[in-house]
Amino acid sequence: MAYTVARPKLTFAEKIYLPAIVAGLAITWKHLINTLTGRKKVTMQYPEEKWDANLPEHYRGAPTLVKDEHGRERCVACQLCEFICPPRAIRIKPGELPRESKWAKVEKYPEEFDIDMIRCIYCGLCEEVCPEQAIFLRKDYAITGLSREEMVHNKAKLYELGGVRTGLVHKWNEKK
Amino acid sequence: MCLIEMGMPKVGLDRKPLLDADGRPEIAWIPRPQISCAQDIAEGMAIRTDSPLAQDARKGVMEFLLINHPLDCPICDQAGECRLQEFSVEYGNAGSRFREEKVKKPKNVVIGPRVTLDDERCILCSRCIRFMKEVAKDDVLGFVDRGSYSTLTVHPGRELDSNYSLNTVDICPVGALTSRDFRFKMRVWFLKETKSFCTSCATGCNTIIGVRENTIYRQTPRDNPDVNDCWMCDYGRLDFHYISAPERLTAPILRPAPRRISYTAALDAARGLLTGRSPGETAMIVSAKMTNEELFLASRLRELLGVQLCDILPRQGTADGILMSADRNPNATGARVFGLTGSLSLAPGARLKDVVEGVGSGKIKALLVFGEDPVACGLSVENLRNLDALVMTSLLPNGGTELAHVVFPSAAFAEKRGSMINGKGRLQRLNRAVNPPGDARDDWEILRDLIQICGGGDGLQTIEDVFKNMAAANPVFLGLSLSKIGDLGLDLSDKLPSL
Repeated sequence: MAYTVARPKLTFAEKIYLPAIVAGLAITWKHLINTLTGRKKVTMQYPEEKWDANLPEHYRGAPTLVKDEHGRERCVACQLCEFICPPRAIRIKPGELPRESKWAKVEKYPEEFDIDMIRCIYCGLCEEVCPEQAIFLRKDYAITGLSREEMVHNKAKLYELGGVRTGLVHKWNEKK
Repeated sequence: MCLIEMGMPKVGLDRKPLLDADGRPEIAWIPRPQISCAQDIAEGMAIRTDSPLAQDARKGVMEFLLINHPLDCPICDQAGECRLQEFSVEYGNAGSRFREEKVKKPKNVVIGPRVTLDDERCILCSRCIRFMKEVAKDDVLGFVDRGSYSTLTVHPGRELDSNYSLNTVDICPVGALTSRDFRFKMRVWFLKETKSFCTSCATGCNTIIGVRENTIYRQTPRDNPDVNDCWMCDYGRLDFHYISAPERLTAPILRPAPRRISYTAALDAARGLLTGRSPGETAMIVSAKMTNEELFLASRLRELLGVQLCDILPRQGTADGILMSADRNPNATGARVFGLTGSLSLAPGARLKDVVEGVGSGKIKALLVFGEDPVACGLSVENLRNLDALVMTSLLPNGGTELAHVVFPSAAFAEKRGSMINGKGRLQRLNRAVNPPGDARDDWEILRDLIQICGGGDGLQTIEDVFKNMAAANPVFLGLSLSKIGDLGLDLSDKLPSL
């Protein structure tokens, strides 16, 4: 159904536009003068200068694997991250923990764990789906390499980036 | 989770059902939920499968089942095909109200050469106990202790070592019994399933092949009441690892200069070796592990080359009275249908000794071997060396491929399409689950190309073409096609010549 839109009533100053143009130019000049006189900086000289200290806690950088304060690798190779990963960047080869291992109760661990950082889209679904709190997206964002092989993070590299994380749930305790 | 609400129509003193205002019979509902699996259906019975009472009761059962469950789905091989997991999604709670200590039971116990037991995951359904007692006839499993301490265990001093032990893994609704062969190899949700059948004996149990990225991870039985019900033996189930063996032949071999060559060069060499011989100089050994289509083409090649001596390598074992046949060849019936086993009056393999003698005396100068090892067929290495021509197809290197002049790498049962006839005369169909490695080809393609280079041009392009020609040439397959065989196979026993 057609209906009439009430047009705003403009004052004379609004109708001739000039005050608005002057006001806009004033802002432009203010920024120009501030920049020329060095009173305000807008360009960050990356990579000499970095924004790292200001990254928010929820920043989604490179996915990494973590160990807990007992030194146990959290990942049990359930392969849910491999399944959920939209670009199929994750590749896991599961293995069985030997019976004499300190963590033999967990039974399963990843023999190999590769994340292809050329494929990774930093979506964070792997962290979200992980039932073991083993994979976390950290604040590393400048992942570079000279070859495709170098861009694949293997298990050692993932633990190096992830380090130790405390305050996680210990579900593989004796009372489980 | 079989709890339902059940009732019967109310009846008056005149034994007629009482009707409500809408004219429908009034139902007298039993106040407690009933278990559907132990309830006979009766005339006029009313059942509510999804009523609030039934749902509530199932939720309660689910909570009880999960009280002592270890919740180790991330490391459990059953995850993804676990009934408990599925019911937990349907009827479970997000958290547990249980605050006591869980009952500890044995975990990760190896109870047999092929099965691992995790008692904490067991829900005490006793399916495995009943299977071992009633189907496998080896009553080694049982419960000990009482109440929540009830534990599935194997008889003291015994192992779960029956040739049917892995069926207990299939019927276990949870991850209490898991396969040691498949343990931690791959999560089940990655596996693409291909319907096939087992080629390790003449029974031909129907199977599902689980594949991820061209690697076979497991074989499981597929329900077919006419062949194997829903069981299969461990021997057949695990008989697939050779398919992904690193020593598989992936390129044709040409001798005397032992170098790897292209497929067409190998065909040219085979033509030079096979053509221009007088009839009777060439003998042929085919395999009863070949499909009907391949055997049909082999019989065509046999006519073309004028081969008189031809037979299969018999594989006899003992039948176990459950599923496994005495004949360990999957398609000896097919070989007989195409007349490749000597004659119908002779037992398969009876003419093999004639081949051995002929090669020994030098009467036979050229030998074609399809899918078998001539050394295993009784031919000595010296006699094989004296042959003018030894042309073979093979999956794996063997005594013969070390000596053959030309070897074509061929495809395993899971790598090709085709049909076989089992020991009881049932025609069944193989489907391709994985691709053959490297330059290895379908056997029917190799046979077609050999027929073509030996002068018998026919323009067969697909396996369907081969089947069509086969159906036209042999009355056993009259009116059939590969697609008409279907997933469960066809009984041809009345069409087969008496075997």
